[in-house]
This record gives sequence, structure tokens and C-alpha cells, in this order.
Amino acid sequence: MIRDHFRVLVMDLAAGRGRVERHDGRETVAGGSGLAAWLFGHYGRPASPWNDPAQPLIFAIGPLTGAFPLMSKTVCAFKSPYHDQYAESHAGGRSALALRMADLDALVVTGRAPRLSCLALGGHHLELRDVHFLAGKPVDEVGKVLRRMLGGAGHRSMLRIGPAGESGAAMAGITVDTYRHFGRLGAGAVMGAKNLKAIVVEGDRAFPLPAGKDYPKLFERVHHQLTRTDMMHKYHDLGTAANLETLNGLQSLPWRNLRQTADAAIDGVSGRRFADDTLLRNAACAGCPVGCIHVGFLREKFMEPNQYLYRQVSYDYEPIFATGTMLGVVEAPAVLGIMDTVEQMGLDVMSAGVALAWATEAVEKGLIDLAQTLVPLQFGQAAAYRQAVEHLGRGTNDFYRLLAQGALKAAAHYGGGDFACVLGQEMAGYATGEVFFTAQALGLRHSHLDSGGYSFDQKHAAYTTAEALDFLVADEGGRVLLTSMAACLFARGVYTPTLLAECLEVLGARGLAAGLADVARRVQALRWRQRLATGFDPHAVTIPERFREVTTWKGPLDGERLDALMAGYAARILELGRPEQDAPV
Amino acid sequence: MKVLTTPRMERCIGCYACSLACARLVHGQLSWLTAGIRIRSSGGLSTGFEARTCLACLPAPCAAACPTGAFAQRKGGGVRVQKDLCIRCGDCAAACPVEAVYLDNQGQPYVCIHCGRCVGFCPHDCLEWSDPGERAPGAAAGKGAA
Repeated sequence: MIRDHFRVLVMDLAAGRGRVERHDGRETVAGGSGLAAWLFGHYGRPASPWNDPAQPLIFAIGPLTGAFPLMSKTVCAFKSPYHDQYAESHAGGRSALALRMADLDALVVTGRAPRLSCLALGGHHLELRDVHFLAGKPVDEVGKVLRRMLGGAGHRSMLRIGPAGESGAAMAGITVDTYRHFGRLGAGAVMGAKNLKAIVVEGDRAFPLPAGKDYPKLFERVHHQLTRTDMMHKYHDLGTAANLETLNGLQSLPWRNLRQTADAAIDGVSGRRFADDTLLRNAACAGCPVGCIHVGFLREKFMEPNQYLYRQVSYDYEPIFATGTMLGVVEAPAVLGIMDTVEQMGLDVMSAGVALAWATEAVEKGLIDLAQTLVPLQFGQAAAYRQAVEHLGRGTNDFYRLLAQGALKAAAHYGGGDFACVLGQEMAGYATGEVFFTAQALGLRHSHLDSGGYSFDQKHAAYTTAEALDFLVADEGGRVLLTSMAACLFARGVYTPTLLAECLEVLGARGLAAGLADVARRVQALRWRQRLATGFDPHAVTIPERFREVTTWKGPLDGERLDALMAGYAARILELGRPEQDAPV
Repeated sequence: MKVLTTPRMERCIGCYACSLACARLVHGQLSWLTAGIRIRSSGGLSTGFEARTCLACLPAPCAAACPTGAFAQRKGGGVRVQKDLCIRCGDCAAACPVEAVYLDNQGQPYVCIHCGRCVGFCPHDCLEWSDPGERAPGAAAGKGAA
């Protein structure tokens, strides 16, 4: 059931041909994050720039993909246009199961297509199609056209970029099956640089499962644990949007470019408000019975008399923070409207919202004006933000092209670096304190999901620096094991290392099951080695002044504690990622 | 005889738990396709989902079309399947008016046998396995209806 090697399709876009390669290493790196880092070591060019056509764009799944619930994520790895270093981004939708059903453990895309193209593949086909007519088209229109052009409805995954990916925005994401994204660190621009508008994977094969009752029984136990207990209730109910009210109550929700951490206007954009006023339905990634995707309904009058259109926009905590509280927009429908424009442009929503928050304050401070922004940016003015998002996605002028490379890049030119809310990349919505700021600023993905720093901040009023660093390193290791399987991290409370070993064993991967602790350590080290090899210097990362001005439920931020955490975590990262010959594993 | 119906597909979230359960439990496979119930979006995820499954015809045209008796009329609607009698002619799939029979690339047919094993895996109670004569009025509302 789980093969002892990896079956990898390597597609050369320049040649228009692919080859299926076999890679050993199943018991060494498992899959997912481990496989992606392993493949980057094989195909990546650490010293060449991110947009060198030879650089690989990697999509990897894990040994448990499709075989157990919530094993539904794909890991995308690439050299990032944001910092020109190794990067990972994760997404679900149908992408993971489609790759699994196409009999692939990974897809590696290299080269640059001669014309704007769509890569279509499955268990029985592989072709590169000319789609030059989709140049500049927004994400939804691309989906509609490709659905007509290609078969496999319902059993395929469609990865596509919008204008932002084509314009080289370092905050361009890849949209997966309408509602999910490889959002962060610019994977969309990597596709754009490869002249690749879309990848469509059809999962059209079938695979024998182990005979006997052990596997179905274990599956059923896990399924019921995920659906009949309260463990996943939060994600199924209000979804991650429930966090808005919680974090606002803890003075940890960024508002108006992080000048506040709480505001009485929270009622307009709380998870409850979104559910009551906009929730149309839930949706799920393939292989996940939880259904955490919350699709909001936006009705807009576009003409008199009484001519309306409607949009369906998926929302979560992070998009609401980025296009709502961070921009001072406090009405749920207006927030959905901004999110929808972000979706159509193919931008990463967190990066876009936080960058526009910086631009708004830069306008207030007189560093930029209408000559740059083209529309009057003002906190709370949703209509202008929707236009600004389009400018950002399309790279309308020098200002927006620079801003799309990151708020700090724009600040280096226009000033205002002290209030750019950047922690490695534009911040995630957790102004929880010193540990989270350190975790995102230095985390491998610069993601709130690298480790539970936000949770540590909320649970610990008093702690030593060493305790926090031990937590970050250990928690990252646990998460890396899950993303090597490749699980949705929402299931981290269910899939303990013991259960993961049981799942692997019942599918016949006894060696891998027995060595999970070593796999976690090895993959954690391997990922950091790739990051360091591409130029990352953790000691060079700085935290903008704005973060030091934050007040949370614990009081004003402790600058000395933050400095100690940053220095300590940087040292730990260098230790984790030291060259293999010097490493203990 | 109980039959599988899909009365509440508007609740479907597209998790494929039913389809994967059928492939896993009835056919011993990991697949989206080799299953008696197959889920597909109807024009992109924003338009919702539909289930391709046997509607329990009585008489069943697929059974009538089968030249070997591999597909035989099931009491109460649908078919009984005996795989070892199948010659993979594909006549069953051609005869089905609702595309409920899937043929794999070896021509092996897969169709719902109305065993009901998928039902318990649906998190939103979209499916029902019941005797047509016993189905209560208003069943479309389903469990958990507000």
C-alpha cells in the first residue's frame, strides 16, 4: 500500500515532456515536508535566483494521503521570490488526493514553457496545453474556462494563478480548487515565471488496500474520533473565525496596522457575525469529513433597478484579520468584498491586507500620496481597498509593483519601515506577544503554523527564555512530522505519534512506523539546511519597532525578552540546520 | 429491501467520505472512481455536489442488458452483482440511464449494491438507507434539521 520509494513525475516545461523517476528515502524522510526538502536538495539550485527556469516547483504528498481522514494536504516547495530562499507552503482542496489517485508521491515542475500554458496530468495522461488566451485573467474566469477544456470533473484538482502570479508579485499565491491556497511566500510568482497559468491533476486510478479487517477498523476509529468527539468542533462550527472575538478579548488582535490590539467594533466582524449574516455553507477538502471551509455569501447591487449579483467567498480567521481589522473595515460584507478581489487577483490575502495597512499609515504620515496609491487609502474605506488590491495584483505602477514585493521593500524606498508589520513576511493575525513574534519572524515558513508560539503566549504569563525556545523547537518537530505524512494541522490533537505509527503499520510501512522520532528530527534538520543553504541568516532578522509598541493582556511588550528570544531562537536554528556531516542524526 | 438514496445532497460538503468508504469497504481499494457512489461537483465547487449512484430501477435496464447474469435484478430495485460472471462487455454501463455504472480501464463495472455501508461516514446525513415503503414523509429534512 505504501511503496518503499517515491514515484515522482518531473515535468520539463521547456521541452513539454515529463519523466517518472524513482527516489529512495521513504523511511528517511517519509513524504510531504520531508520529501519536498529532499527533492529540493536534488533538483534545486541554491545559488541561482528564484526565477531561474531550472528551479523546481515541487508538490509533495505523504504516505498516509487519502488513506486516513484529514491526510489531505499537499506541501509546495520552491525558492521564494519574497526572500530568494527555500520556502514551503501548504494547501488542501483536492490537490493531495488527486496526486495520490494519479499514482504520484510528488510532482516536480522545472523549466519555462514557451507560451502561457496549463499542465494537465493524471494516472493515464500528461500534456502541456497552450492557454495564452488566459493571460491576465482573474482566478475564477480561469477556472471556468479550464473546466470546459478538461475532463475529470469532481475527481481533479485545479491549481491556478491570477494576474498577481503573472506580474511577478512576491505575494502571489496559487489558488487550489477555488477555496484553498498555497498562499504565502510567492508560489504564484514561481508559476508565473514558468509561464504556467494552471496545473490540473486528475485522480483517475485505483489502488488495492490491505486485506483483512485491521485497516477498515482503524480507519473507522479515526473517523469517529474526528467526527463524533468535540476535538474538531471549533473548526466545524464557527470555524477559525471564532478566534476574532477571542483574540480581541485578549488584546491580541491586530487592528489598523497594529496600532491597536482590541476594538469595540469587533462585533461587526466576529465569527458569529460572519456566520449569522453571511455563511452560505461549509465545504471540505477531499478526504476530510470536518468541513472547516466556510463559504460566505456576498450580494451586490450592480445596477438600478434591483439588479444584483452574488459572490461566494471562503473566509477564515486570517483573511478577516488581514482585510478587516487590519484595514479598519468592520462590516462583514465589505470584508468579503475585499477578500473576493484578493481571490480574483491571486494574491496571498494576509500579505496583501497587511501591506495595504502599511500603505494606509504611510499615506497618513505623508510618506506617499495619491500619485502612488492612485486611490485614496483610508482605514475603513472598503471600496478604495478593493481598487488598491487590483492595482497590487496587476502591478499597475512602480509603487504597487514594489509593494507587491513586500511592505519592507516599499518602506526601504519610501520610508516607514518602523511601522511595517513584517515578521519574515507580512504578519499573521496574532499580536499575542514575544514568543509568537519570534516564532513567525524566524520560522521556516514565516507562518503562524510553523509552531504554536501564539498559543504559548496565550497560555503562559511567566516563563523563561529557555522554556519558550525548547517549546518552539519541540513543537516545530511535532508539526514537521505531521506535515510529512501529510496531515492537516487541525488534526494535530488526534494524530499523536502513536496513532501515526499505528496508521503506517496497518498499511504495511513497519520500518517507517518504528522510526518516526528519527524521521521528525531528520526532516526538521533537512528543511533548515535547505533554508540556510539558500542564504538565510537568522541573526540578521530584525523586528520592526511597531511590534515593540504592542500592549497585550500581559501588558506592554517586553523588548528585552523579545531580543533574548530572537537571539536564542536564531542560535537554535543554526544548530538545527548545521551541515549534515556535523549533525548527530 | 433497503435501498440507498441521496435525499439531502444540498448538504454535501464534498469530503468524499462516502465514496472513499465504498471503495475501501466494498471493493478494497483507494479510489474516487471504483465505488458505487461517486461524488462530483456540478460545474465547480461553488455550484455544489451531486452523487452518481444507482437509483434502484425496478426492472433494472443494466440487469436486462447483461448477457451473462453478472448483473441480476435485485429484489426491491437495483442489481445483485457476481463479479466472476462478468465478461467486461460494458453493456451494463451503456444501459444505465443515469451513468451509475463506472467501468475501470479494464472494463470492470462498479455499481452501488445498496449495502448502506457508506451512510455512516457522511458527516452531514446526506444519505439514507431505508426501505422505500417505510420512508417517512419529510425525510428530506433529515437528522439534525433545525
